[in-house]
Amino acid sequence: MDDLIGQPLDRIDGRVKVTGRAVYAYEHDVPNAAYAVMVVSSIANGRIASMDTRAAEQAQGVLLVITHQNSLKVPGAQNQSKTSPPGHAVQALQDDVVYYANQPIGVVVAETFADAIAGAQLVQVTYAPQPPQMDLESRLADAYAPDKAGGGGDPAASHRGDVQAGMAEAKKSIDYVYRTPFEVHNPMEPHATIAVWNAPDRLTIYDATQGVFSDRGRVASVFGLPPENVRVISPYLGGGFGSKGPVWSHVILAAMAAKQAKRPVKLAVTRPQMFGMLGCRSETRQAIAMGAKSDGAITALRDDTVSHTSMFGEFVEAASLPARMLYQSPNNSTSQRLVRSNIGQPSYMRAPGEASGTYGLEAAMDEMAYALKMDPVEFRLKNYAETDPEENKPWSSKSLRECYLQGAKHFGWSKRPLEPRSMQDGNALIGWGMATSVYPTRRSVSNASARLNVDGTFSVDAGTQDLGTGTYTIMTQVAAEAFGVDAKQVRFRLGDTILPQTPVSGGSQTAASTGSAVHLASQALREKLIQMAIRDARSPLSGLGAQDVILNKGRLYARSNPARGETFRELILRSGQPHVEAKAEAKPGAEKDHYSMYAFGAQFAEARVDADLGQIKVSRMVGCFGAGRILNAKTARSQFLGGMIWGISMALYEYAAVDKRLGRWVNNNLAEYHVPVNADIGKIEAIWVDEKDDHVNPIGAKGIGEIGITGAAAAIANAVFHATGKRVRDLPITLDKVML
Amino acid sequence: MDDQESKPALQVSRREFVEVAVVSGLAAGVPAAAQTPEIKPRIVNCTFTINKQKQELQIDPRVTLLDLLREHLKLTGTKKGCDHGQCGACTVLVDGRRINSCLTLAIMQNGREITTIEGLAAGSQLHPMQTAFIEHDGFQCGYCTPGQVCSAVALLDEVKAGAPSAVTPRMGEIRPIELSDDEIRERMSGNICRCGAYEGIVAAVREAAGRRRV
Amino acid sequence: MKPFSYFCPATVDEAIQGYGEAQETRFIGGGTNLLDLMKMGVERPAHLIDIGRLPLMKISPHGDGVRIGALISNTDAANHELIRTRYPVLTEAILAGASPQLRNMATMGGNLLQRTRCYYFYDPSYQECNKRTPGSGCAAIDGYNRIHAVLGQSPQCIAVHPSDMCVALTALDAVVQVKGPHGERSINMTEFHRLPGDTPQVETNLQSGELITAIDLPSIPYGKQSHYLKIRDRHSYAFALVSVAVVLDADEDGTMRHVRIALGGVAHKPWRATKAEKALTGEKADKKTLRAAAEEELADAHGYEHNSFKIELAKRAIVRAVTTVVGGQQNG
Repeated sequence: MDDLIGQPLDRIDGRVKVTGRAVYAYEHDVPNAAYAVMVVSSIANGRIASMDTRAAEQAQGVLLVITHQNSLKVPGAQNQSKTSPPGHAVQALQDDVVYYANQPIGVVVAETFADAIAGAQLVQVTYAPQPPQMDLESRLADAYAPDKAGGGGDPAASHRGDVQAGMAEAKKSIDYVYRTPFEVHNPMEPHATIAVWNAPDRLTIYDATQGVFSDRGRVASVFGLPPENVRVISPYLGGGFGSKGPVWSHVILAAMAAKQAKRPVKLAVTRPQMFGMLGCRSETRQAIAMGAKSDGAITALRDDTVSHTSMFGEFVEAASLPARMLYQSPNNSTSQRLVRSNIGQPSYMRAPGEASGTYGLEAAMDEMAYALKMDPVEFRLKNYAETDPEENKPWSSKSLRECYLQGAKHFGWSKRPLEPRSMQDGNALIGWGMATSVYPTRRSVSNASARLNVDGTFSVDAGTQDLGTGTYTIMTQVAAEAFGVDAKQVRFRLGDTILPQTPVSGGSQTAASTGSAVHLASQALREKLIQMAIRDARSPLSGLGAQDVILNKGRLYARSNPARGETFRELILRSGQPHVEAKAEAKPGAEKDHYSMYAFGAQFAEARVDADLGQIKVSRMVGCFGAGRILNAKTARSQFLGGMIWGISMALYEYAAVDKRLGRWVNNNLAEYHVPVNADIGKIEAIWVDEKDDHVNPIGAKGIGEIGITGAAAAIANAVFHATGKRVRDLPITLDKVML
Repeated sequence: MDDQESKPALQVSRREFVEVAVVSGLAAGVPAAAQTPEIKPRIVNCTFTINKQKQELQIDPRVTLLDLLREHLKLTGTKKGCDHGQCGACTVLVDGRRINSCLTLAIMQNGREITTIEGLAAGSQLHPMQTAFIEHDGFQCGYCTPGQVCSAVALLDEVKAGAPSAVTPRMGEIRPIELSDDEIRERMSGNICRCGAYEGIVAAVREAAGRRRV
Repeated sequence: MKPFSYFCPATVDEAIQGYGEAQETRFIGGGTNLLDLMKMGVERPAHLIDIGRLPLMKISPHGDGVRIGALISNTDAANHELIRTRYPVLTEAILAGASPQLRNMATMGGNLLQRTRCYYFYDPSYQECNKRTPGSGCAAIDGYNRIHAVLGQSPQCIAVHPSDMCVALTALDAVVQVKGPHGERSINMTEFHRLPGDTPQVETNLQSGELITAIDLPSIPYGKQSHYLKIRDRHSYAFALVSVAVVLDADEDGTMRHVRIALGGVAHKPWRATKAEKALTGEKADKKTLRAAAEEELADAHGYEHNSFKIELAKRAIVRAVTTVVGGQQNG
């Protein structure tokens, strides 16, 4: 129990999940709930000319049809500014403007789901359409420079040295454009909300959200309520990947419908509706130029990225960020620009910025290595940044060199022939590629409480969320280790705004932020309990110094004499108190001023490409990561592997297919928006370098939810090039792009 | 396969059917979307055995088996991921076979024996497949998990019965299936896991099948 | 879904009588395609006749061939010893499609009747679709058309038939048995589905009220020399971009006495590659001959902005599939 942190403990929530007893948002048993289904726009730009709701209103079981003509007016939902972040501007039936296809334009509330969905199909809409703007390439001249880029509020552009001079100095150079498509998160659990007005000014929301507190705040502001009048509950979440971070329109509409129907309302977004109103990863265009000396030293690097934002808000897909800091390039410039398009608000999607950015940069690194006839690992080691070249700060820790070496060894990289198209097995061309992974380490203010109960068990609370990331499990481990008890003796609660306030689960910050809060609260309780014991004349530990008391195996005992001690139950029973509690707040300190903090990794992939038919299989993949302290070896491995599989998906499968004439994504279903199925995954392994980082936060964890996707798509794209000799610079690499 | 004995048809009388048919015949030719439904969905009596419990129910014929389970019977372990047969989250066993409960009307399963994720464990004793999923971390968010587990349970029966898959070599020859990892992957491909827990899922099925890695 | 009446007959005759003259009646078998379309609002039947309990669930020898009851599930057909040992290409094709769950539900007859796949057809919020609303236009021709047809399409419709099973049945010269208000008849597989022409809304030659009762497979002594090659965007649970069913009879020296080839994913119906068959019959399966035969088959193919690659892919797929069978890597 001394080293519970890090152990591959089975998921605490495993049993309820494999038995179907974990209750997700739509599944809370709320008496008398009516069913709501949204009506969505079929045009991408224009106005609603008319909505005929009579047939729907008369249909079986329909209670209410809400459109912009009869909706509750909620001034807080109005757009404030075109630079508002994702989730700020919601489309809550306040006017007749259509900004994007699949925008909510109505809500049908009915007695049953069958009635609601049948009713929604009867709503007749006529539009006054305008031509949609959806194309990036033809509108590059219209692109504008935003003020900031990325979740960390980085500047939208960067410059160091003289890129032109650096390029002139280069022996070899490359200059290419890399593209990534629109992607849609598609968590398996469709977004869903149950809204219950407990009183005219009191609202309870069961929501599939990555941030119960941010959800509460936004909903309260829209409805003009004090935040404490809104309770948000989200104990289980069927994935999110960023899409359940912002508060989207449907949450507001569920609450509005419940208010107008005077009944609790449950609303789920249908799978086709999920393509538009819930954020997306924007299409990107990364223009990368790079020059290097013949010994491989990079002399100049430029990354100019353009992505989309919506007509009503702003989000920058900050793909140029890795090019700023990943390599020791003396002459460096990056920029981010945006075009406004008729799409739902682009937003955070698993490793926003870095996922797309490492594809472009790391594919370019591969091209440069070939130009130099250097091994790709060797080329990266040649340009290894020992300190952050952009910020001129030391790294809090960086194990990237070890990741390259261990990953390469594990993969068998040394046997790789340099020449492309040099390995074949029957009809399959085989190639090996690699790339670097990077993701920033962040944290936010977070709170937790810890309590010893009268029965000798512990309760630990934090409002946070578990998206499948393992929050329940790792928080339990952090707390149990502090108390020296078995994990079974700790009950960790999350996903409720009545619990201590925590940040959104995004940006890979939950372990660092809330993990630190749980750590501090648990340590505080531990100290409190030790003090209770040593100051109590009736305790066998009476009179000992605090440092002389050990908490282990469910007991407090003397370091010098394990027999001298007592159980937690004995301690609390004697105190006569119902429980003993400690609270803590963990907040970022000055570490960011002194250090650059990132997780790093190296990914290696083997691609088998059918020489004639172009079909690609990632037959083997190894990722090696340095991501601070690993809190649970089992759930961490799953997080890394999941990220890598997202990389496979990004490289080969995923894209929202655009009909530019109509401004619509036509493959808005899981049959044709391809994400990998089990058969697409070959042998895949995640390993990591033990990393002790005392700077990042009190528990030394860097966050692992997103690092796994970064670099993965590039490693695969580079493997496809090595297999075929064909360089595809726009994702995904579908078979038609390599066979012709 | 032998001709199955035809099971008794639903107790919807022929006369009722014709009456309804006449009423809505008037509406034929009206553009679909603009048409006001002229017939109320009737309630039909059905009997199911769900997780070994016999249930007599009155249902709207439009209700899918999935919505019957989740919304009417509060058996929310069976998940709705796409509602179009494209993800597998709604997988349940009907007469021992795995199906997508979203793409069948409840009424079409009248008289059948349905097993959902809630019915796999024997009391507090988990099904070996459930245990294997926990041990091998065959899930993250857990939303696809009930479907994955039901699917995996059926998979083992299918393999036992010698049913080939798309990756079975020489499927023109009748012989026992060797359950390689590729076989598991193909046979589990009707269940999408967006978290990407596929490696753990394969390991769990492998273990529940009592087999070492091939 | 629009409210509908529901009727579950016990006999074929009851089912056919129940269908009557009503335009808005649909037979429902497995439901995997019809219910999907009903949820999308593309199909809006007023009456459903559930044929799932009809006694059409038998696979048995029939003359020199095999008869498959229309309500046999795709799974049971694929697993059946008679099919696996005599027509393994059908097993391969069925198992290449959909997922185990869907194959457990889908029936043989229902698979024959699945609608063509096109984004713009499946979603009624697209205004243009000649299949849904005759005369409204085709949104796919100038839209996003990566999955669409390159053979036999018309200016009215470029949708593709998505079935894998039907491609194998076409190569096998299956015969569809139907029964309707006017009695029984047989429809050859190659005549069962239609090209879109000016009436893309009519996808098969089945008459209103006719019910598929069985699928007959003729005797093909060389049936084991066969292969179904499916090329798709992911390795399972995806529609074909191009697929090829090949059944052939080759001499020991590689000369092909009989050749049957059908293509999937390229046309509004399973595409019998008669030109390629003719070009290959009596020839040896060397690369050059195969390529020439494939070129001939695709000579009239026409692609659009996103799907022209299918033409070359189909050619290479024909070459690969035939090579695989002649090379002895077939199902035997």
